[in-house]
Amino acid sequence: MQLSCPMPALDFDVITLGHGSGGLLTNRLLDSGVFDLLSNEWLDERHDGATLNLNGKVAFTTDSFVVSPIFFPGGNIGELAVNGTVNDLAMCGAIPRYLSLGFILEEGLTMKAFWDILVSIKYACEKAGVKVVTGDTKVVERGKGDKIFINTTGVGEVHPRADIRACRIQAGDKVIVSGNLAAHGIAILSVRKGLEFETALESDTRNLNHMVRDLLDEFGEDIHLLRDPTRGGAATVLTEIARDTRLGIDLFQKDIPVDDAVSGACELLGLDPLYVANEGIFLAVVRAEIADDFVRRLRGLEGGKDAAMIGQVTEAHPRQVVMTSRIGGKRVVNMLVGEQLPRIC
Amino acid sequence: MTRALFLNFSSMKFLTEYRDPDLVARYLDEINKAATRPWTIMEVCGGQTHSLVKNGILNMLPDEVRMVHGPGCPVCVTPLNLIDKAVFLAEEKGVILCSFGDMLRVPGSGKSLLEAKAAGADVRILYSPLEAVKLAQDNPDREVVFFAVGFETTAPANALSVLHAHRAGVSNYAILASHVLVPPAIEAVMNDEESHIQGFLAAGHVCAIMGIDEYHPLAERYRIPIVVTGFEPVDLLQGILMTVRQLEKGEARVENQYSRVVRPEGNPEAQKVIRQVFRTGDREWRGIGSIPMSGYELRPGFERYDANLKFSVNIGKARESEECIAGLILKGIKKPGECPQFGKKCKPESPLGAPMVSSEGACAAYYHFHQAIQDLETVA
Repeated sequence: MQLSCPMPALDFDVITLGHGSGGLLTNRLLDSGVFDLLSNEWLDERHDGATLNLNGKVAFTTDSFVVSPIFFPGGNIGELAVNGTVNDLAMCGAIPRYLSLGFILEEGLTMKAFWDILVSIKYACEKAGVKVVTGDTKVVERGKGDKIFINTTGVGEVHPRADIRACRIQAGDKVIVSGNLAAHGIAILSVRKGLEFETALESDTRNLNHMVRDLLDEFGEDIHLLRDPTRGGAATVLTEIARDTRLGIDLFQKDIPVDDAVSGACELLGLDPLYVANEGIFLAVVRAEIADDFVRRLRGLEGGKDAAMIGQVTEAHPRQVVMTSRIGGKRVVNMLVGEQLPRIC
Repeated sequence: MTRALFLNFSSMKFLTEYRDPDLVARYLDEINKAATRPWTIMEVCGGQTHSLVKNGILNMLPDEVRMVHGPGCPVCVTPLNLIDKAVFLAEEKGVILCSFGDMLRVPGSGKSLLEAKAAGADVRILYSPLEAVKLAQDNPDREVVFFAVGFETTAPANALSVLHAHRAGVSNYAILASHVLVPPAIEAVMNDEESHIQGFLAAGHVCAIMGIDEYHPLAERYRIPIVVTGFEPVDLLQGILMTVRQLEKGEARVENQYSRVVRPEGNPEAQKVIRQVFRTGDREWRGIGSIPMSGYELRPGFERYDANLKFSVNIGKARESEECIAGLILKGIKKPGECPQFGKKCKPESPLGAPMVSSEGACAAYYHFHQAIQDLETVA
């Protein structure tokens, strides 16, 4: 994302413990122009919390962001913190409205970095159509954090036609993915210390709420489940669905969309794209009759051009995800144990 | 020394040819036609096991062809006492202990390196031992130890790290070497009375370094076909077909399926680096025992880079789980499903032995990709 907000002139260039004290320095940080970026009627009140009006059923979610490095190809931790919570709300079938924003800053974080992250947060909020209505900033001693941790909590109004529940999944339902797998995890790995490799790969971080809203307008209750496969990747989400529904899922490897460069990187690093984290795609389980239309419509939406039908729900092997490999063999897809570690040779 | 890996992703596309479903079907058909009797073939390398299971190939082969999984999983055969030693160095000696990722989860007698890391030890995952030398240069007041495990494939890079440290005068770098060699392992498998292996798929990447010459005497002595084979589905099926055809004709030759990567003479430059730094010695294989002249150790002149000599390590005798039959698995005498603890007491999240840990270990490969399908078939 291109940043175009000039940083205000400040008389400090790194965050110190005092900036989280709640006293003078905290107020100077707030007044420096930093928080003007996110200005809105609720935040400007500077009250202990925000008083909100919401209509109908409300979805509510929270997520913490600790990604390292905090700047990575295609985004940064700020954007991720907004999109992550926005997307969790979207997965509940909700239209995201308001966010809280909590920072835990490590002493020594540069103001430049903090500013860049805030600018990203501003743009990500604008794009998603959400407002930051309350927030908190704490500072911890150097060595007690990792530059910056962010927590966002969000509320949204559930779409009147949404009925997103795993128990609505039935045998015969189709499994659809909204875009290419594994881009985020590989982009992060490409800049991890000790593993830098040159590539044009970028994280797929993006909001999903506009896509989801359009699909809910069109298909409503025929969408049985939505999940965003972040940590643990698509495999983890699908095995969870199989476990929770006591139904089986058949996956078809040849239909699973993975960008060539990402696929090459996974190959070399010994990683399976099915287990790599994503930040800008979702999995949908929908009624079979609408599946083709669903994919067609999704492909026409921004962020959905690589959407594909990758599998179906079956009674044949309860609680198991079975993938037909590209060459026609079958294998079971299991949940990952711990982190996916690179192989030796 | 360069910090970055430079990857040419576009060149990876050629791999799709080796995953072509039509070619796979044709090779399966040929194997079906060629195999008139039951044959037992061992794929030596854990990477091959992983690929066979992950692609579902084991379920596609005709009943006549029985694949058994070999000892070529470096993590699996690294002796327990060496893992204990690595944990000790990280915890008690305050070294920066570096290793390839797979090695971290393998349980030692007390704990794994991953658990040591969680408890505060400085354990780092690296992709190249040269990174470890750089780490030593960047941290002159710390000792850096690279846990150098692997077959012949990883030996040149590990040897090169020692040479780099030597030339740059880096005195705070050492390796904990656990290098093992494929040909003596094949001998050990063939010498086992319980072994019923009739042919081998040799490990393509090992041969890319070492060449294929050392396999001729083995093929001759044990009267077994040895086919140097790659890792993609088409590679594996072609390797299996070549082996079956030899077996049916009663031949016992070395053939090279993986000629796009493996030259008969191997990589002479890499071999030179290995010879400069390492010499062959007896080596303990986890689950199998000591195999004569089956590993690399540092040559005289490089002792100061040997973590075994550099640090006095005071640890008790390593205790293996009595319930783990890793040795029988690694020699192909038993399959993972035949172990009474498989999937019960022994799971990837709580492994009794190393083959359940590494993705190249036969037990883990079966557990992840294979076992449930077998269960399903039994139920159906």
